[in-house]
Amino acid sequence: MSEMIDANEIRRKYLRDGMLPTIFCNGCGHGNAIDYTFWAIEELGINMDDVALASGIGCSSRIPGYINADGLHTTHGRALAFATGIKAANPDMHVIVFTGDGDCTGIGGNHFIHAARRNIDMTVILLNNFIYGMTGGQLAPTAPKGSIATTAPYGNIEQPFNISELATALGAAYVARWPIFYPYQPIKSIKEGIQTPGFALIELMSPCPTAYGRRNKLGEIDQLWAWYEQNTILIEDYEKTMRYGTEEEKAAVKEKFLIGIFQKAEKPGFFEAYDRMVKKLMANDDAKWGGGGAE
Amino acid sequence: MKYQRDPVRIRKVLGDKVQFIQGDMAVAYGGLVAGVSFFGGYPITPASEVAEGMARLLPRVGGTFIQMEDEIGSIAAVIGAAWGGVKAMTATSGPGFSLMMENYGYAIMTETPCVIANVQRTGPSTGQPTLGAQGDMMQVRWGSHGDMEAIALAPSTVQECLDMTIEAINLSERYRHPVCVMTDGEIGHLREKLVIPDEDEIELVERRTPKLPPGEFLPFAPSQIDGSKVPDFAAFGTGYHTYVTGLTHNEKGFPRTDKQPDHERLVMRIIEKITDDRKRFVNIEEVMMDDAEVAFVTYGASARPARSAVMDARKAGIKAGMLRLKTVWPFPRDEIMAVSKKVERIIVPEMNLGQIYHPIREYTDQACEVVMAPKIGGEMHLPHELAEYLGVRT
Ligand SMILES: Cc1ncc(C[n+]2csc(CCOP(=O)(O)OP(=O)(O)O)c2C)c(N)n1
Ligand code: SF4
Ligand SMILES: [Mg+2]
Repeated sequence: MSEMIDANEIRRKYLRDGMLPTIFCNGCGHGNAIDYTFWAIEELGINMDDVALASGIGCSSRIPGYINADGLHTTHGRALAFATGIKAANPDMHVIVFTGDGDCTGIGGNHFIHAARRNIDMTVILLNNFIYGMTGGQLAPTAPKGSIATTAPYGNIEQPFNISELATALGAAYVARWPIFYPYQPIKSIKEGIQTPGFALIELMSPCPTAYGRRNKLGEIDQLWAWYEQNTILIEDYEKTMRYGTEEEKAAVKEKFLIGIFQKAEKPGFFEAYDRMVKKLMANDDAKWGGGGAE
Repeated sequence: MKYQRDPVRIRKVLGDKVQFIQGDMAVAYGGLVAGVSFFGGYPITPASEVAEGMARLLPRVGGTFIQMEDEIGSIAAVIGAAWGGVKAMTATSGPGFSLMMENYGYAIMTETPCVIANVQRTGPSTGQPTLGAQGDMMQVRWGSHGDMEAIALAPSTVQECLDMTIEAINLSERYRHPVCVMTDGEIGHLREKLVIPDEDEIELVERRTPKLPPGEFLPFAPSQIDGSKVPDFAAFGTGYHTYVTGLTHNEKGFPRTDKQPDHERLVMRIIEKITDDRKRFVNIEEVMMDDAEVAFVTYGASARPARSAVMDARKAGIKAGMLRLKTVWPFPRDEIMAVSKKVERIIVPEMNLGQIYHPIREYTDQACEVVMAPKIGGEMHLPHELAEYLGVRT
């Protein structure tokens, strides 16, 4: 029971006044990401004055509206580029981006690969629901093969994006993927992401019963949850199976989504490196000019 | 490290007070002098030198230069930095300007102070990358979707590239609006004398910060300091927890997307904060207009041959003059109306097929004849070509 009270207190503390109710449908996974972020921030003891949120366009991108912090609800796909500017101007703020699979890897793919490659200091919480939820269920670049979407009425024939593996390949400092039903791991990953210098991606597999689940016959909410249970496997378990499993077992796990921590690297973020360069240049100038530029 | 403008350091980094330098570099210098501390850009001829200048100079004054992945990202990062509380700008040319249009509209809707320098080249499409044009003068006004006003300045000299970049930053801060410096490939690559102003020769404007504490402060209402239509600005990180959205929003910044009056009220305020104040900052230059019977109305690079043509005409005894639009948007309509009542004929030289010609016709309202003098293809008008429009026989 005390846990319930805590949850309410947390919401009172971190929700933005006057923005509820959310736009989310019943059974939408996106709302959970709000709670997880609250818990992560609470546990880290971060002051909300030091948090800047950014998002693009989509149901998932509405999240900063519900969180009591500075928030930039930008244009479709561009959140990471906007967030880069926020961080440049305010290197001491924690910049957290909420984005969708369509937003981040459809229209915004280019910004995503470059922000990850540059290791820009920010935490990206990406809600992957395999679909364009907000606009009513059009094909997303993450949709598994065979998925039905309004713009793929005969089933998706495209190879989907594997976002976490892509970010890992790009050298992002921290990459994790979790189904949104498990509260503990996402909270821990959001915490680790915020603490990581450089680019952190937390991909949360979030169901969209309205625009994906229904059309793809994934059933009611409890069946939806079961679908995620059946179709995901921990990276460690996957590796074990690939090493010791039978050919059949190997074939079966290859079909599943890997979940867990894909990457955890210690390297300076972009702005840390930039700051070092600036300090060196200014020191050079000061030495050359004999004394400081400042008066 | 948060940026602190250090005028002494800036001055030292820029070097000699008098230099022989390109227009593009003067834009970069102007930004630096005005206290710009963030530049996000993407290479494009004939604007790349602005980014190159910034890449070289900004880190030395403690600012941040990032070469973004494209122009969409450039303007996005600039807007993000502006909400982070700093002065921010980018520079581009036609193809990049086209890519920026969506976020240009976002900056207008969210009332974000920032500056875009557009070193225009010919179009459509990739056009003539190295050659100057004035083909984006309507795009800057109408290029993003929806209803809006624009602020756009047009430098004719290298000195004005610096001066107008400072002015653009000031206007963007005062009106919380993305301001465009509409230079072109001719001026951008032209080398001329530039005098860098000292600290006591410039005036810098800063966006106004909230007077009221969080909770009482309204981030998208008329100023709570003096009722001006320009809201006060609570930068990120100052404890105001501002929500900024490109959706139609109320005075708190919260989305309100289904009622007609909410939208009209917001958009009209965003437009009127500029148009109400037009007189305060719209800037024109008059050349020999006192007794003029025929006049060029022009701007930017086109004003250079036009000025020579006026001198030639005067030598031939023709009462010619020139009105140069230093501010092109908001349109100097009162000034144009006044001229139309004074002269018999207005000639409009432009390096496009007649873009500013149309609003001139609209505001002269048949009080005098208006003739277009278009030239496209990346060549400036020659003075004698324009002199012929004035009746000079060569
Ligand atoms: C430039 C542009 N193109 C298209 C749209 C329409 N649009 C709005 S949201 C969206 C898809 C969002 O999908 P996703 O990011 O996956 O978010 P979800 O709603 O699924 O959470 C699209 C295509 C837009 N707003 N802007
Ligand atoms: S449409 Fe889908 S993603 Fe959007 S709120 Fe509803 S369930 Fe969530
Ligand atoms: Mg989606």
